[in-house]
Amino acid sequence: MSTTETILVLTHVDESGAVLTKAALEAVTAGVELSRRMGAALTVGMVGRDAEAAASAVAATGARLLAATGEAFAQARYASDAAGCEAICRTAGASVVLVAAGARLARVAAGVAHRLGGVIDTHITGIGGEGTVEATRWFYRQRMEAVICRETRPWFLLLDSGTHAVYAGEAQTAQVETVEVTLPALRTVVEGLRAPLLGAQTIRPDARLLLVAGAGWTKKQPDGQMHVAEAGEQILAFLRLSGASLGSSKSLADQKAGGGNGADQPVLPFLTHMNQIGQTGSTPRHAKGLSTCCHGEEPHAVGWRFIGERRAISLDANCGWTRGKADVVYVADAFQVMARVNALLEADKAQN
Amino acid sequence: MANGLQIVVCAGIVPDPLQTLEPVSGVDGPGLKNEMVLPAVLDPWAACALYEAARLAASVPGSKLWLVSLGPKAKLQQVMMTVGQKAAFELVAIDGPIGGFADAHATAAALAEAIAALPGLEPERLLVFGGWESATRGAGVTLELVGQRLGITDKFQGVDQTALREDGSFEVLERVEGGKHQVSACAGAPAVLGWATGSLAEPRNNPQTGMQNMRGIMPALQNAKTVKLDANGLRYMQVSLPKQQRETRVEKNMAPDAIARELVEWMAAE
Repeated sequence: MSTTETILVLTHVDESGAVLTKAALEAVTAGVELSRRMGAALTVGMVGRDAEAAASAVAATGARLLAATGEAFAQARYASDAAGCEAICRTAGASVVLVAAGARLARVAAGVAHRLGGVIDTHITGIGGEGTVEATRWFYRQRMEAVICRETRPWFLLLDSGTHAVYAGEAQTAQVETVEVTLPALRTVVEGLRAPLLGAQTIRPDARLLLVAGAGWTKKQPDGQMHVAEAGEQILAFLRLSGASLGSSKSLADQKAGGGNGADQPVLPFLTHMNQIGQTGSTPRHAKGLSTCCHGEEPHAVGWRFIGERRAISLDANCGWTRGKADVVYVADAFQVMARVNALLEADKAQN
Repeated sequence: MANGLQIVVCAGIVPDPLQTLEPVSGVDGPGLKNEMVLPAVLDPWAACALYEAARLAASVPGSKLWLVSLGPKAKLQQVMMTVGQKAAFELVAIDGPIGGFADAHATAAALAEAIAALPGLEPERLLVFGGWESATRGAGVTLELVGQRLGITDKFQGVDQTALREDGSFEVLERVEGGKHQVSACAGAPAVLGWATGSLAEPRNNPQTGMQNMRGIMPALQNAKTVKLDANGLRYMQVSLPKQQRETRVEKNMAPDAIARELVEWMAAE
């Protein structure tokens, strides 16, 4: 099938400055699939300090390779990234621009689309259509799904991560065209990344399992007492032993330790709002999810939209979560169950 | 800072998150069933931006805070009754459609036009705040498009913290992948900041602030400009609820030991 469409995949390199991100390689797969289906020419654009070095990973696509490269693009900064992406887009002249997921390009893609007189749609989870481009995305925090199309070009589609396979073509020598970029005055300096202290990072996007902690961990237990410190120890032990990522309900992330110097500290000190999933949190993608001490209302389920297999431990057999949303619900005390799970994992680890 | 800041918070209104939502087809495209009678709240992320803006404005003498909101006048009035008690601001209301199916480009154009028309606006003092996404369309592009239309080239998304310095420059923490923050130093206004949750709790209702705000809110609603949002070539082929029903196995009588063994096996299975 021949088409009037031309496809550009807009990507960037990772923190090393010379390797394309996983999300970038997923977007390349989407671009290759779309260009084959549409019979359209494909271009891959790369932004980064040494984008030319990164190009070998996608040379096997046979696509035209464009790069905005140099020290100015070592930092993920709006003004320089937008200028670089704009230059790539103008050189490519593509009608459909697939943008790799991630904070760096999500920050600039809409501005670039506007500069080119185009339009943008984001959080794209699928691209279909017969002879046309139709995009699937979610609305109202993953509560309803829509298929959309646009007549306006260029049409930017910012892909969600995890929706396409990582491109795995053989690395080859690449011929890269470096685009001329006119940088505006740069008023922002990126000073670096700030992460929790070593060992305290509880958000692990690549983990197979997501553990979701709910506010029940901090409520009074059958003995009439709260056991917050024990809850924290159990959760951290599970994360250490299982390698799981930690998600939280909003009600737990909102809780502050009462009184004294801890008044502004989360009740579980390793928890931040970045752990939060659901309405005002993230919607992470993991193969499996285990929910503990959550009451399981619909906003909570929203955060689980892209979790494959779901299990839950809850004392309330009738809560909304237990009906139709989880695969298995254990009506039990999470304190007791997780202590035994940790013991089993510890024993397993000792054996191996 | 010598002259204070001019902070504009762009904030939409959204159905209360606890409501059950169902799509329906209308003459102008998809919408929500009973949309106009669903209780509405200020968009959760935009609300975080408003609280952060109020704190910042209070900390810099001579600062002014506007809240620019696009929605049906009746719904705006309902939401402002509550929001008006949370922080002191001047409302700029734009009478337009509610909902997540409107085009972000058209929404941004209406917001940018309203901001550019603010009396006494000085770009070198301007900070445009808003949520990094919304609970309706959730596109995360409206604020960036507003900034582009206003000619602002310093933009930050997923902001959790800012620290203003004496010289007007500020440090900003943006969420990036892997639970980290990117730390940047910006020379100062003008800038666009799309807020994540920030760090402030929702302020308690303050009736005094509410009374003070209402003097401006009612005239702002009466004078709200009506806009019709262009679709910009956007067509909806299909809108549907996900098939989310799972066959749930409810285990009421398993001992903790047995549950633990089953969970560990499940975790280990490919």
